[in-house]
Amino acid sequence: MARNNFMKALLTLSLIVGLVPSGLANGNPVTLLNVSYDPTRELWRDINENFRRLHEKQKGVKVSIKQSHGGSSTQARAVIDGLDADVVTLASYLDTDAISQKGLIKTGWIDRLPNRSLPYYSTIVFVVRKGNPKRIKDWPDLVKPGIAIVTPNPKTSGNGYLSFFCAWGSVVLRGGSRQDAIDYVTKLYKQVPVLDSGARGASTTFVQKGIGDVHLAWENEAHLEVREAKGELDLVYPPISIRAEPHVAVVDKNVDRHKTREVAEAYLKYTYTDEAQEIIAKHFYRPSNESVLKKNAATFPDIRLFSITEIAKSFQDAHKQFIGDGGVFDTIYKPK
Amino acid sequence: MNTEAAVQKPQAGAAARIQRARQDPTWVRWGLTLVAVAVVGVLVVIPVVNIFVQALSDGVGGYWKNLVADPDTRHSIILTLTVVPIALVANIIFGFMAAWAIARFDFPGRTLLTALIDLPFSVSPVVAGLMFVLIFGLQGYLGSFLREDGYSVMPYLISLLAVGVFILLFFLFRPASPKTRHELWNHPWTVVLVGSAGVFGLLFFLQVHFEVWPRNESLKIIFATPGLVLATAFVTFPFVARELIPVMEAVGPDEELAALSLGASGWQIFRHITVPNIKWGLVYGVILCNARAMGEFGAVYVVSGHIAGQTDTMPLRIEKLFQEYNLPGAFAVASVLTLLAILTLMAKIKLERKVPSRANLSEPKTKEARL
Repeated sequence: MARNNFMKALLTLSLIVGLVPSGLANGNPVTLLNVSYDPTRELWRDINENFRRLHEKQKGVKVSIKQSHGGSSTQARAVIDGLDADVVTLASYLDTDAISQKGLIKTGWIDRLPNRSLPYYSTIVFVVRKGNPKRIKDWPDLVKPGIAIVTPNPKTSGNGYLSFFCAWGSVVLRGGSRQDAIDYVTKLYKQVPVLDSGARGASTTFVQKGIGDVHLAWENEAHLEVREAKGELDLVYPPISIRAEPHVAVVDKNVDRHKTREVAEAYLKYTYTDEAQEIIAKHFYRPSNESVLKKNAATFPDIRLFSITEIAKSFQDAHKQFIGDGGVFDTIYKPK
Repeated sequence: MNTEAAVQKPQAGAAARIQRARQDPTWVRWGLTLVAVAVVGVLVVIPVVNIFVQALSDGVGGYWKNLVADPDTRHSIILTLTVVPIALVANIIFGFMAAWAIARFDFPGRTLLTALIDLPFSVSPVVAGLMFVLIFGLQGYLGSFLREDGYSVMPYLISLLAVGVFILLFFLFRPASPKTRHELWNHPWTVVLVGSAGVFGLLFFLQVHFEVWPRNESLKIIFATPGLVLATAFVTFPFVARELIPVMEAVGPDEELAALSLGASGWQIFRHITVPNIKWGLVYGVILCNARAMGEFGAVYVVSGHIAGQTDTMPLRIEKLFQEYNLPGAFAVASVLTLLAILTLMAKIKLERKVPSRANLSEPKTKEARL
C-alpha cells in the first residue's frame, strides 16, 4: 500500500523533473542552433559537417550544430518568441529585420559580414513539363490562356512573394505602367489552381500531384526538382528575374547569453570561404564570391536579376504595398 | 424465437413471409455490405497497406537502415516515447481528480467544469499550441522571466507540490472512525498547517542550500521537451476524464459510503472500491489518450521549434523526411507510428471482449468489492 503511494509521488516528481531542460550547454562541445528556412536543409547539413571538422582541427573545440527549418516568417516569429537561435539564415531581409526590431539582433547587422551579409543569393525560375509543350519562355507567356501556374501563397511564403515581385518587375522594368502590372498579376493569379503555403508544398503539388504547366520556384529547388524527376521536367530561365537575398546574421542577445559569439561568428564567416562557396554552388545557390560563380557559370546562366529597390523603395515598402493587408495582392486575388 | 418456431410447424409459407418481412431483400443486404467494404477498403485498408509497401520499398535492410541509421529519426522515436508517457501520467492524475470531483460532488460551476474539460476537443490544436507560445514565449506573459531566471520558481513549485502530496497522504490514511483515530489523527488542522509549513520550509531550504537549481539560467518551456509535453497533454486531456465520469456516475457513491461506515480509510476505499470499479474505464481512456498523443501534430508543430534531433517528434519527423524527398524514410517512420496505432487498436478490441458491453463497465465487481 505504502509502496503504491510512493510510486504515485515518484511519478508526480518525475513529471516535474521532466520540466528540467535537457540541454544545459555547459559541457565541452559548443552547441549552435541555426534557424533557417525550408529548402536549405541539405545545404546547411553539408556546410555544418565541414565547419565542424575544420573548427575542431583549427581550434580544438568540438562544435555541434543543430538545425531548425520551416517557413521563413514562421521561423522568424519563433525566434522572436524565444527559439534559442545563435544564427539566423532566413529567406528574406524582412524576416531578419523583424527579429532585429525586437532587439535580439543589433542594428547595423547587415554590414557586419561581407557582401551585405549575403554568402549566397538566388532567384526565381520556371520549371516546366518535359519538352516545354506549352512553349513557356518568358513572363508574358505565363498568362496565355490555358496555362496553369503553380506558386505558393505570397502571404505566407518567401517563394510566394518573390514570385509576385518577379511578375510585377517583369512588367514595370520593361516599360509597363503600374496599371499594366496590376492587369498582368491579376491574370496570372487567376491561373493559379492552388496556392500552397510554402515552397516545398508547391513542389509537391507540381511534381507529385502533377498539377500545373509551370512552377515558379527557387532556382535551387528547381534544379533539385528537375534532377529528381529524371527527365520528366525541364528548367527554363526567363530573361529577367528577381535577385533574392537570404541574409545571415548572428543573434546577439542569444549568443551573449550562451557565450557562443566567437563560434557563431566563425561559423558565418566560414560560409564565405572558397570551400563553403563551392558547397553553396553545388547546392545550386549562387555564390556571392564572383570567381566561384564564374567557375560554375554553366549551372547559373547570366540573366538580368533586378533588385527589390528597382520596383519599390525598400523591401518593407514592397511587402507593404504588394503583399501586406490591403495591398495589391489583396485587391486582385479572390480565393476560389 | 419461440413464436417463430410455433408458427413454423403448421405453415412453412408464413414463416418465410415473416422471415422476409424481418429482413431486407438480398440485393439490399449485399449492396450495403459491398459498399461498406469498398469504402473501408479504399479509405482505410489501401492507404494503410500502402504505408508498409512504401516503407519496405528498399527491402527490409533498407527499412531498418531508414529507421536506425539517421540519428535525427532515432531521436524522434525516443522523444515521442518520452513525451507521450509523461503526458499520459499527467492526464491520468488529472482525469481521475476531475472525474471524482464531477461525479461525487455538487458544486457551483460543475456544469461549466464539465464543459471546460471538453474544450481541448473543440479547440484547434494549432490554437492550443499558440496559446502556450503566448504564455511562455519570449514576448508572452512569463517569457522574459523564464529566460532571465526561470529556475527561481522551481524551489517554490517543488515544495508546494510536496505540501500537496503531504496533505493528500494525511487524509488518505486518516482512519475513518473516530474510535480508531489516535492523537495526531484527531487534529487535522493543526497537523496540516504545521506539517505543511514544515515540509515546505525544509524542502525549500534544502533546495536553496544545496543549489539544486542553477541561478540566472533560462528555463525552456516552449521550443523544448516541456512544451511538447504540455501541448500533448492539453490536446489529449479530455480522454481519461471523459471515460471516467460516466463510469463513476453509474457506479454511484453507495459502495464507498458503505466502506466508510465500516471504517475504511480514504486509501482503503480508493484501493479496494474505487479503482476496481473504474478500472476498465480508466484503461480504455488511457488507450484512447495514448493513440491520440502519439500522432499529435498541430499543437506540437507550433511549440516544437523544429530543431532536428532535439524537438522533432515522430509526426514532425515524418513531415520533414517527406519534404526532403526521402519518401522511404518518411514511410518507415510512418509505419512505426501505424504499427503503434494498430497495437493500440488491438489492445482496445481485446479489452472490449474482456468487458462484454459498456454497461458492464459500471457493474460492481462483487468479489473485489467485498474485500
